[in-house]
Amino acid sequence: MTEADWPLFEVFIRSRSGLEHKHVGSLHAADARMAIEHARDVYTRRQEGVSMWVVRSADIIASDPEEADSLFEPARDKVYRHPTFYAIPDEVKNL
Amino acid sequence: MILAATPAGADGQLQQAHSQYVLRLADTSLVLGQRLAEWIGHAPALEEDLALANVSLDLIGQARLLLTYAGELEGQGRDEDALAFLRDAPEFRNLALAEQPNGDFAHTIVRHWLIDAWQLEIYAGLERGVDTRLAAIAAKAIRETRYHYRFSSGWLVRLGDGTEESHERMQRALADLWRFTPELFTPDELDERMSAAGIAPSLAELAPRWSARVTEDVRLATLALPAAQPYPWHGKRGVHTEHLGYLLAEMQHLQRTYPGAHW
Repeated sequence: MTEADWPLFEVFIRSRSGLEHKHVGSLHAADARMAIEHARDVYTRRQEGVSMWVVRSADIIASDPEEADSLFEPARDKVYRHPTFYAIPDEVKNL
Repeated sequence: MILAATPAGADGQLQQAHSQYVLRLADTSLVLGQRLAEWIGHAPALEEDLALANVSLDLIGQARLLLTYAGELEGQGRDEDALAFLRDAPEFRNLALAEQPNGDFAHTIVRHWLIDAWQLEIYAGLERGVDTRLAAIAAKAIRETRYHYRFSSGWLVRLGDGTEESHERMQRALADLWRFTPELFTPDELDERMSAAGIAPSLAELAPRWSARVTEDVRLATLALPAAQPYPWHGKRGVHTEHLGYLLAEMQHLQRTYPGAHW
């Protein structure tokens, strides 16, 4: 078995307690335990994290770039969904 | 030479023994760290390359703290660099197991796992010792060693209980390296003196714990434990296999060629 046969894992690291896990990259590993160890060795050498998630890349369900038009385009002209669209009356102090 | 710093008489003798004992711990970490560093650029996968480099750096970091301390106890003005780079093989006090060549990945893993399991017990014992400086170094080192052991025992089981070829290679590595294990827990006069002084743990007490751990790991890895070897090697007394000389030649040649060279 060579590294080419090892499945790909996506790595997520939480940099501090209270923050969310963020995607930092991917790596190859033969199993879940090795993936955690590799994530530790590759992505936390400079104290980048306090917690790690690894997920098999094959288990991630992704949106299809071909469908970007129908998924994201419709939001483009709905500017009223942004809070900045609304003028705040002077009388409102604590918004 | 700061000879005056060494107390005379019985105290001085104990302090020299103490220095020798710390040197044994330091040299095992240093030599194993140097061996693992030989994998850099050659490991089977990029991720393993980084993992081995990390472990190597941990061990060299332990060696630096221990060498510095051994030099201070010795009182001859030798610092970590003088001890690491300007001693010859017979002056090294590492376990003979640590200097064994990397061989294939199986040999590297088995050697590393045997020493990790040993260091786990030794450092835990030193943490409870009367030497507070050694206890502090051990407290830092044991956190690293727990990860090293996780790494090496993981590979032991993965490869031992892997394919037919990986199983066979692991079994061969275990057979090749097993003869160096009696040294790990065979106390000599120095070990006994240090344990009587409350500085070091008693090797006789640690041996069954190491044995139980190693036996359980071997079982999980579906490997067979080799027969007990009665004869202990004496790396910690400076009697080494021929491999150490080559390792030191590579590690020391720069300092020997350009004394005092630094980055």
